[in-house]
Amino acid sequence: MITIQNLDKTLSRQKILSGITLDIADGEKVLFLGHNGAGKTTLIRCLLGEYRPDCGKIFVGNHPLAGERVEALRKIAFVPQLPPPIRFTLNELFEYAAKIGHCSIDKIKENSLYFGLDADAHKHKAFHKLSGGMKQKILISIAFSRDAEVFVFDEPTANLDSVGRDRFRELIGAPEMRRKTILFISHRLEELAKVVTRIIELDLGKVVRDEPV
Amino acid sequence: MKPLFTIAKLDFLESFRSRWFIGYAAVFLLLVVTLFLSGITESRVMGFSGLTRLLLIFIQACNIILPIFILVTTVRTIAKERDNNVFEYLLSFPVSLAAYYWGKVLGRLLVIWVPLLLSLLLALGIGLIRGGEIPWRILALYTALLAFSSLTFLGIGFFISVSTKSQELALGIALFVWLLLIALIDIALIGFLIQKMAPDNLIFALALLNPVQTFRIAAIALFDPVLSVIGPTSYFLLDTFGSTGIIAYALLYLGFIGLLFLSLGYLVFRRRDLL
Repeated sequence: MITIQNLDKTLSRQKILSGITLDIADGEKVLFLGHNGAGKTTLIRCLLGEYRPDCGKIFVGNHPLAGERVEALRKIAFVPQLPPPIRFTLNELFEYAAKIGHCSIDKIKENSLYFGLDADAHKHKAFHKLSGGMKQKILISIAFSRDAEVFVFDEPTANLDSVGRDRFRELIGAPEMRRKTILFISHRLEELAKVVTRIIELDLGKVVRDEPV
Repeated sequence: MKPLFTIAKLDFLESFRSRWFIGYAAVFLLLVVTLFLSGITESRVMGFSGLTRLLLIFIQACNIILPIFILVTTVRTIAKERDNNVFEYLLSFPVSLAAYYWGKVLGRLLVIWVPLLLSLLLALGIGLIRGGEIPWRILALYTALLAFSSLTFLGIGFFISVSTKSQELALGIALFVWLLLIALIDIALIGFLIQKMAPDNLIFALALLNPVQTFRIAAIALFDPVLSVIGPTSYFLLDTFGSTGIIAYALLYLGFIGLLFLSLGYLVFRRRDLL
């Protein structure tokens, strides 16, 4: 599903990623580990087409990210570590997700309810004014409502309460998620132990460990 | 085209709620109302009277307020979205960079144009109610000049935003550009002419290349002005090219500069890291 070939990335004259080569198959649940500054977030940003690699190629499915950005990103749903201060109202954010991300607003609301959040009650509120937990629930709800084949979660449960974490585990363990590829960046290994099938560890921008679980 | 219009619509709605937009719209609407209430439209100064006098003052205000407002709000919002990782999330969706960039441009243009058009319509409405004579040709040409001038500064604002890495730097450059352009209108150019610091032709070329000065000459040229109102550099250019020539040049030049900077900004946006 994801192929990364000889990826290098330099930021502010410092090499952050060096010679990363990975092949991630359909249905794999991969946990990325590494100390702060190991290159995990940079790798994800390269995968999302937000950083241009110095050299190397990335394919999502058969689509090269460099030449077929829209087709490649159509397969990916992403939840960031910290919900950004988006100034859209919830209604507007849902419209963006639905029209650009090709998903249904009803499905987003249904997922939000599953997390115990009535999105309709907050539809005119600006997203950035919601609490951290509410924002995270909304972003996870949007991700799960998309018809993506790859899910990228960067510390997805960092802001969630215990109920939210349970719901998240239930969703990623659901039968329909078996064929989906999931990439986690998390330091909470114990939370994801039952789901993860492969661990990749980065250190100083290189893969230092890559093994099945 | 659908994603482009979705992004334009959402950007417009978001800006519509923001405090800077309310302030921006209020400045123009209050300006028109104040000018009417102060009786400026009934006065006769240097040969101008009624609505034409109001438009002349409106031009001077726009010449100073519009560039700084557009530059600051554009560079602040775009650079802020990148700094706060809003781009990281919104650009992780399957949207082409062209649709995202030009959608933002369209949204911003609407945000800038709507208060300007509303204030001009307000002036028109009050003028009609009071039974004054409406200068239709001046109004149409002036509206076009305002629209193209906004496009120029929006283009410069977008170019600065995507070419710099932080909000602070973007804001600093925007303020510098504004100060430079304001300094190079007639006030400084008169000094250069008197001191003979540069060849006359270079000074006239500087005036024609400065979008603030170009807008100013063309806008005031609509009224067949006298030297004391327009200044010596502008008066010379107006005398050389004629009123129609200057207005046509201003419309073409402002539109060209705006599109040039927007296109350069798009090239930078496509080629550099998005965050």
